[in-house]
Amino acid sequence: MLAKYLFSTDHKVIGLLYGFTSQFFLLFGFALVLIIRWQLAYPSEPMPLVGGLFGEANAPGGVLLPDFYNQLGAMHGTIMVFLGVVPLAVGAFGNYLVPLQIGAPDMAFPRLNLLSYWFYFAGGVTMLASFFVPGGAAMSGWTSYAPLADFAPSGQTWWLVGMLLIIFSSLLGALNFIATIVQLRAPGMTWFRLPFFVWAQFITAFLLLLAFPALQAAAVLQAMDRLAGTSFFLPTGLFQAGLPIEAAGGGNALLWQHLFWFLGHPEVYVLILPAMGIVAEILANNTRKPLWGYRLMVYSIFVLGFLSFIVWAHHMFLTGMGTSISAFFQATTMIISIPSVIVLSSLALSLYGGSIRFNTPMLFALAFLPMFGLGGLTGLPLGLAATDIPLHDTNYVVGHFHYLVAPGTIFALFAGVYYWFPKITGRMLNEGLGKIHFVASLIAMNVIFFPMLIQGLAGVNRRLWDGGAIYSHAQPVVYLNVPMSVAAFALAAVQLVFLVNVVYSLVAGRVAGTNPWGSTTLEWATPTPPRAHGNFEHPPRAFRSPYEYSVPGVDGDFLPQGAGDERAPA
Amino acid sequence: MKPDLATMEIPYTTDIRPDTGLTNPKLGIWLFLASEVMLFGSLFSSYALLRSGAASWPHQADVLSVPLATLNTIILISSSGTMVMAWAALKSGSLARFRLYMGLTILGGAGFMVVKAFEYSDKFSHHLYPLTNNFLGLYFTLTGLHAIHVLVGMVVNLYFWGPGAAMWRTEPRRFTNRVEVAGLYWHFVDVVWIFLFPVLYLL
Repeated sequence: MLAKYLFSTDHKVIGLLYGFTSQFFLLFGFALVLIIRWQLAYPSEPMPLVGGLFGEANAPGGVLLPDFYNQLGAMHGTIMVFLGVVPLAVGAFGNYLVPLQIGAPDMAFPRLNLLSYWFYFAGGVTMLASFFVPGGAAMSGWTSYAPLADFAPSGQTWWLVGMLLIIFSSLLGALNFIATIVQLRAPGMTWFRLPFFVWAQFITAFLLLLAFPALQAAAVLQAMDRLAGTSFFLPTGLFQAGLPIEAAGGGNALLWQHLFWFLGHPEVYVLILPAMGIVAEILANNTRKPLWGYRLMVYSIFVLGFLSFIVWAHHMFLTGMGTSISAFFQATTMIISIPSVIVLSSLALSLYGGSIRFNTPMLFALAFLPMFGLGGLTGLPLGLAATDIPLHDTNYVVGHFHYLVAPGTIFALFAGVYYWFPKITGRMLNEGLGKIHFVASLIAMNVIFFPMLIQGLAGVNRRLWDGGAIYSHAQPVVYLNVPMSVAAFALAAVQLVFLVNVVYSLVAGRVAGTNPWGSTTLEWATPTPPRAHGNFEHPPRAFRSPYEYSVPGVDGDFLPQGAGDERAPA
Repeated sequence: MKPDLATMEIPYTTDIRPDTGLTNPKLGIWLFLASEVMLFGSLFSSYALLRSGAASWPHQADVLSVPLATLNTIILISSSGTMVMAWAALKSGSLARFRLYMGLTILGGAGFMVVKAFEYSDKFSHHLYPLTNNFLGLYFTLTGLHAIHVLVGMVVNLYFWGPGAAMWRTEPRRFTNRVEVAGLYWHFVDVVWIFLFPVLYLL
């Protein structure tokens, strides 16, 4: 019975498996950061309740040791990005929705799809297991910079193996998405009739397919350094603890950074594009208007995709790679902000003149716009070499990218959960609980992340074990660590409201019917939930563009993409 | 467990979609190879960066055996040829000739691996290891990764030569397409070697 779900090749079941697993990892990664936030707010005070669980080797008497703190930081980043947000945005939402929205019976390669999930699962288990090996999990930051990572305990090798499994999973997934979108579009589903969400997944898949191999190569090289004694990332004349390193030398530590960020920067857009896709769907539906500038948005994300491959070294301005290289990368970085601004502006303009419904998915989607905007704007000083150098590796950077990913992408993902939950389960999530969840999360996230910008501008570095308490320049802002941590614990408590809502609504939620939001795209033309294999009752067909809301001369305020001539205007 | 795919047909698995001109597997393998290009491209770039920044670099042809590598180049290119012949045999409807040419392709892969093993053991016997210097590190990493690709290709080819060929009786066109897709992968492995040979042995 269980095997039926664990080994099903149905894209919807695989999408749900991705959804459950990635949300588990999101919670786990969040739990790690709660431990970190305790230590930052109350350095060297024993952690209440759970402090005794981490073992004498990690937290004697409940007080975190610096090495354990480093493990938590490195694994929080790794888990959130590679095991939480991307698998939820692409593996879960993409898998469930892309075949439905293009009118396909399934993905192009159903068995490969299942294999991709199990590689992801194996990668996740490897990462979790690494906490229990001698020396603990990876502790060289989520970026695993060399040469530090070359000498880290064995947990780093587990990290490399885990990454290779995750990369393999996402390569199989990415080629499956592209093949599905190119080959399995229903009759009439021309390229410019694709919902924007499908376009976003299409570009995302190309980024995953072509950027991830660079980290694959980097992981192989670092594994060789660690296991076979090569010196790819070890320059000549390196000392550790006062003793010369016994290695051939002649390597290049910056090589790791180049390879890592060649993946790392496109990965940022992998985090963002599906979120933009979800927000676009929900905005069009709840403004009851077509998206403003649909084609412009599609062209923009194409440009975004191409440019994301030539901006990576803006993460490396501080390395002294040379001013002419810096000049090139800051120019491309400024250029790539243009398509992002076009997409965000189009989404904002789509609101103009709409008769907006403020339901929970719409609230999360609306909050995405200013939160993502704040994340984007705070990125501009980091994209220019002169202003990046004092800000590099400060809490400002942490605040910047968390604004993009937490109240940005994760809000969009919540919006998606509230929006598509009725299609998946047949019941609506509770609106009242949803609004409490939204308002409290919005406040808590801002109280957590805005002070990071302030601390960073004051020069407080990231990754400090005591939150900056021993530095004199940090004294005016170090008190902010307490409200930030309190807000983090509050954010955790608020997520219980969401969990209660899910359980309550599964049992007693309002029955949804097939199309509760009055939506146009093809996934709402399926039965609820969609048929186990093949999705649709009748072979679907697309007759028009995806967002035909409030069409003059039509009964009702929307014209479904799959509705035949009987509903078209006379 | 019986795959529940049986109840549902994925379109364009065997037939060409008219507006894209592709079958799903053909598109899938090209996308996979695109990512492989990025993988080996990253490694070749690493080679260029490490070599251009090195204080000294051995004269590669003195360390490695150019004659053995030339032999391997001939073997691998020939096996790409027999791979095409195997596919052409299916196109003309002859399973027996397919078995012959596919068998030769697999033997070619095996021959390549044997020569590679001789090269490796010769290096080890002269105390040349990946940790000796970055040139040897790159040599073992790049050729090792390539050898894994050869091995994977041999396993796939062996499957089509043996149990996989049962599909010829039920779905001959689909089987022919599968062999074509395996062939594209095999040619790619060949092309990677054609880049590795000059970069590691001759330049």
